[in-house]
Amino acid sequence: MTTFLGLPGRPGRPGSRQSPSEPPHAPRGVGHLRAADPFPVAARRALADAQLRRNLSKATTTIRAKRAAVVSELPDWEELRAAGEAIKAATMADLDRYLGQLEVAVTARGGTVHWARDAIEAGNIVTALVQAAGATEVVKVKSLATDEIGLNDALAAAGIAAYETDLAELIVQLGHDRPSHILVPAIHRNRSEIRDIFLREMGDVSPDLTDDPAALAEAARQHLRRKFLSATVGISGANFGVAETGTLCVVESEGNGRMCVTLPQTLITVMGIEKVIPSWADLGVFLQLLPRSSTGERMNPYTSMWTGVTPGDGPQSVHLVLLDNGRTAALADPVGRAALHCIRCSACLNVCPVYERTGGHAYGSVYPGPIGAVLSPQLTGIEDNASLPYASSLCGACYDVCPVKINIPELLVHLRARHVEEARRTHRLPSAEAITMAAASYLLADPGRLAAAQSASRSGRLLGRRGKITALPPPLAAWTRARDAPVPPPQTFRQWWHSQHGDDRGGPAPGDRSDRSDRSDQ
Amino acid sequence: MHSIVGDVTRIALFATCLADTLFPDVPRATVTLLERLGHEVVFPAEQTCCGQMHINTGYQRAALPLIRRYVDTFEPYEVIVAPSGSCVGSIGHQHAMVARRHDDEELARRAEAVAARTYELSQLLTDVLGVEDVGAHYPHRVTYHPTCHSLRLLAVGDRPLRLLRRVSGIDLVPLPDADVCCGFGGTFAVKNADTSTAMLADKMRSVLATRAEVCTAGDSSCLMHIGGGLSRLRAGVKTVHLAEILASTAGAGQGAPAAVSR
Repeated sequence: MTTFLGLPGRPGRPGSRQSPSEPPHAPRGVGHLRAADPFPVAARRALADAQLRRNLSKATTTIRAKRAAVVSELPDWEELRAAGEAIKAATMADLDRYLGQLEVAVTARGGTVHWARDAIEAGNIVTALVQAAGATEVVKVKSLATDEIGLNDALAAAGIAAYETDLAELIVQLGHDRPSHILVPAIHRNRSEIRDIFLREMGDVSPDLTDDPAALAEAARQHLRRKFLSATVGISGANFGVAETGTLCVVESEGNGRMCVTLPQTLITVMGIEKVIPSWADLGVFLQLLPRSSTGERMNPYTSMWTGVTPGDGPQSVHLVLLDNGRTAALADPVGRAALHCIRCSACLNVCPVYERTGGHAYGSVYPGPIGAVLSPQLTGIEDNASLPYASSLCGACYDVCPVKINIPELLVHLRARHVEEARRTHRLPSAEAITMAAASYLLADPGRLAAAQSASRSGRLLGRRGKITALPPPLAAWTRARDAPVPPPQTFRQWWHSQHGDDRGGPAPGDRSDRSDRSDQ
Repeated sequence: MHSIVGDVTRIALFATCLADTLFPDVPRATVTLLERLGHEVVFPAEQTCCGQMHINTGYQRAALPLIRRYVDTFEPYEVIVAPSGSCVGSIGHQHAMVARRHDDEELARRAEAVAARTYELSQLLTDVLGVEDVGAHYPHRVTYHPTCHSLRLLAVGDRPLRLLRRVSGIDLVPLPDADVCCGFGGTFAVKNADTSTAMLADKMRSVLATRAEVCTAGDSSCLMHIGGGLSRLRAGVKTVHLAEILASTAGAGQGAPAAVSR
């Protein structure tokens, strides 16, 4: 399998512990992939926000039910999932070839392809393209890739105003806020909060604006219409890029995307390299999987597709910026690379009991929820997002709903192992947790030592009152802050068994497998 | 799932380290139940722990000796049972994976073979032994929480409910939002204690809404979490493992909620 794209990393980036031979991670100091606080700290803040809890619970419960209903309509849903997984796995195994094919096809149809190693390069490329078009403002389709690289910040630094045209992205932008959901970026806001934001920030809105959803949508429509008609540059992401034809595809619900990719003279698309799919026929699989998983609709209202430049129709200057920003580093991990299969539907967020309670901001990345917990650390390097792989109870609800069958719990466990192994390599002193785990392994690796430890644990009976323990020492104090702990019983099962049977009934009897020499076959 | 036709006489019990140490009534109930059904139960004394805590916390290398011990201990047995969906899930979904990640293909193959003969209690009863009415009597109002690993890793489906419905005297009431995690998650409960507690609060709200006296499940770990929360609130609801309910008979009273709240 040839997977390493060979985009050379920038040598000697300050603060990076990576060896020069490894593919580079997304650079620090730019974009939105890293949290200011570890997950438990940020989550604690979010959990105390009663309004947020209520909004999230209501929104995720609604969308879960919608998804379940439309998924149950398709008798071949499991086959579709398997097809989606297979297409993605095959694409990742030959990613360099498909990207080359995409570049050739886009170029042949009059588009221009640019390669961006990271957020900084992508920001510079897009800024230069906007400046070359002579524009000082751009309209944007909702795009995770451009948010990942902090494109609006890069454009603002060059004096270019970027206007988000997706309703929820507009709410986030006007609220000087961060998105908290892949699909519904303003899921943490309710309608009265949105009304307040519009009244405060829109300037041209009627002071009589109510919090009626139709009135809010109309206010946004009036506000945006002026931008659509005046902007000469549109910026989008892409849900899919078809290697075979050079076609780019954006899937959306509001029609703002259709306006952005058709009205301006110049169209710039920033696409993560993992978004390429081999053939036009593959779109048929994903366009069934995505809307049902995402918005719980059979088909989304607007699917826009464009292939290079069509003379006299739509943008006459079409650019595709292919973004790495740590994706090749993720691709280098044969297990972890499955996170690159994600089609950004957000079904895993909506079913996640952790996400439902903490919201997206706690994850500190443009990619929140279960998929973010496995994607963000791979893009940035695990040390920069070390708390995320642990931000899950491993309940597995995310895996059940993933339209491309990403085994997120398995990836979480894998990344935890990578984190522990990397920490062992780079830190000279083991952590308290590592020492505890080593001690537990030593005790559990031998039944005699386990029995001795069980006897010692019965000293815990001294902590107990009326059959329960209400306060344990650290690190288990975190348990007894909210839950009682059981008092160790006077007798373990092992002791009870021994008292009943002695040692004579533990071994295999005639007829068991050992007598048939099964082990020697293996 | 492969079904063993005919008479299974000897069943090897994997007690699990947690139940062995803190909830010995659970493996004892498993023994009582299986012996009542006419099977001989053995407890291979060399057993310790499946290693799930180490694997799920990132310490796979430290889990390797535990995996090897599990395989060495249980390889001789035809049928193995554990009263835990989570441990059986780890044995089936993680042992071979961890062995391969450390380039031990031989251990991985042996682990796969032993895992294929390791059953969670409700699987053993319904699929292998072909029994749903185990002759239990349990005159209490009970709600069942399907633990995540029983539900999703093992796909036990309604097996535990089929067993519970055949218990005489039981008043079995459905749990709202039953398939949502209780927030235990092993070391998650400590590393992300606030989020875990928020999940627990919602699970307790569902349990209390049923007005059940007993919340049951197939995992001592999740029950320790739910029961620890209910006990802290003096909620007056007891947690009892599925094995304890199925082992109970009229007059015997094992597992009956003599005292509410642990």
